[in-house]
Amino acid sequence: MLLQTYRLVLPLSAALLLVACGGDGPSATSEPTAVPHKGDIILATTTSTADSGLLDVLLPVFEKRTGWTAKPIAVGSGQAMAMGRNGDADVLLVHSPAAEVQFMTDGFGRERLLVMHNDFILVGPPSDAVGAKSAKTAVDALKAIATKGATFISRGDNSGTHALELTLWKAAAIDPKGKGWYQESGQGMGATLQIADQKSAYTIADRATYLAQKQNLALQVLNDGDKAYFNVYHVITLNKERLSKVNYEGGKAFADFMVSDEAQAIIRTFGADKYGQALFVPDAGKAEADLGVQ
Amino acid sequence: MGLIWDGLREAVELLSRGDRALYSTAARSLYVSGVATLVSLALGVLAGAFLAFQRFRGRALALAFVNTGMGLPPVVVGLVVAIMLWRSGPLGDLHLIYTVWAMVLAQAVLTFPIVTGFTAAALAAQPPELRLQLLGLGASRWQALWLLLKEARLPLLAAVMAAFGAAVSEVGASMMVGGNIAGETRVLTTAVVLETSRGEFAPAIALSIILLLLVFAVNLVLTGVQLRGR
Repeated sequence: MLLQTYRLVLPLSAALLLVACGGDGPSATSEPTAVPHKGDIILATTTSTADSGLLDVLLPVFEKRTGWTAKPIAVGSGQAMAMGRNGDADVLLVHSPAAEVQFMTDGFGRERLLVMHNDFILVGPPSDAVGAKSAKTAVDALKAIATKGATFISRGDNSGTHALELTLWKAAAIDPKGKGWYQESGQGMGATLQIADQKSAYTIADRATYLAQKQNLALQVLNDGDKAYFNVYHVITLNKERLSKVNYEGGKAFADFMVSDEAQAIIRTFGADKYGQALFVPDAGKAEADLGVQ
Repeated sequence: MGLIWDGLREAVELLSRGDRALYSTAARSLYVSGVATLVSLALGVLAGAFLAFQRFRGRALALAFVNTGMGLPPVVVGLVVAIMLWRSGPLGDLHLIYTVWAMVLAQAVLTFPIVTGFTAAALAAQPPELRLQLLGLGASRWQALWLLLKEARLPLLAAVMAAFGAAVSEVGASMMVGGNIAGETRVLTTAVVLETSRGEFAPAIALSIILLLLVFAVNLVLTGVQLRGR
């Protein structure tokens, strides 16, 4: 009887042990790092930097140069800043300027550095029943959608994209909340694009995520180029005087890396081979006011 | 439909190519859920035995709690464990958030009531005289429990299968407490979510197929043990 129990437990635990050792295989065999390992930092960031694949390219280089391992937690900018406020992250990479300024004013951030930009776009079904394509500005396009009551999918998740969308509705003097044609997905950009696609609806997306998913979508870019669509990404280090558990040194290393020539060069070409155009424009060292929409 | 074929083809290709990222993700799924199942097995059997044999005030309430817990929503477990483990939380100094151990903890919490409930039911289903007889013949309480558990090994294996199945298939808790970090806390379920949100459906389907194969393989082994133990 006792034997039987062992027969059950032994192979199971042996298998688990094997897996435990094997599971770490890839990291052990990766090429030697130039700098000794210093530790982990938590990077709270937006879904667009993760969904587009940019971080997959940048983070291994960051680790090799600095010895810090960044653990990217891809959430909306809203949640990323909430994690910053609680000291649950070490550094933020976000794109929600108004909320970022508030974050800095409230004393949670230490440095806030411009990293890159791209732009938002209004996408919708090719048929474009409301004529968003002929609208001159972002606000006009949204007005057309509201007037015709065409289905619009909002992120609804306090992300940077959601914040931009709400700013545009405000500028159009429209309160879409609760209207039958206005639906909230509550999900990341990739998932929201798919929902809009399946429902032949309109939505606002960052160009990087749209380009990365274009081959799966019938949605087309209907309205872009307006200055209001500007999408700018900042890296923010946290105020360790206020948030004692934050790893400021590692966070600062990440911020410095993001504005370094090497990272900026990677950003400049990222996606060009796959999508025919780069997904982001590097902006380190520039002043926000000097940026124009491409 | 074409998409499913693409997914199948990609699954076969990934498996035959010996894709490292894929195998380490699958191994991590097996490891996290396996350890979580073992932890909840160790604690759940004790708790189940306690509920089955001890008569105390509030026992019915405790059993009702356990039975409710068998359907514990993974996102709720994930949220509570995350709040505990965040740096700002009470256990923040353990630095467990966004590690596989946080995922093990969440899945152990998730599966503990399953093992407890199954154990309590399995032990209660045995003839009550059996335990009295064992005690009467001079067995200590622990010896009696050990023998009764061995008698109940078939339903206990069912508990292991149910617990492992619940652990390996949940995504909400793993996403929240693990963060879905590539090469560290990405498991099959969270990888499926990521690939889907990236619009990469074929790899998402491939990962799903591999997840099903993994669960099937584990259950095949356990069922084999169960049948031999008859």
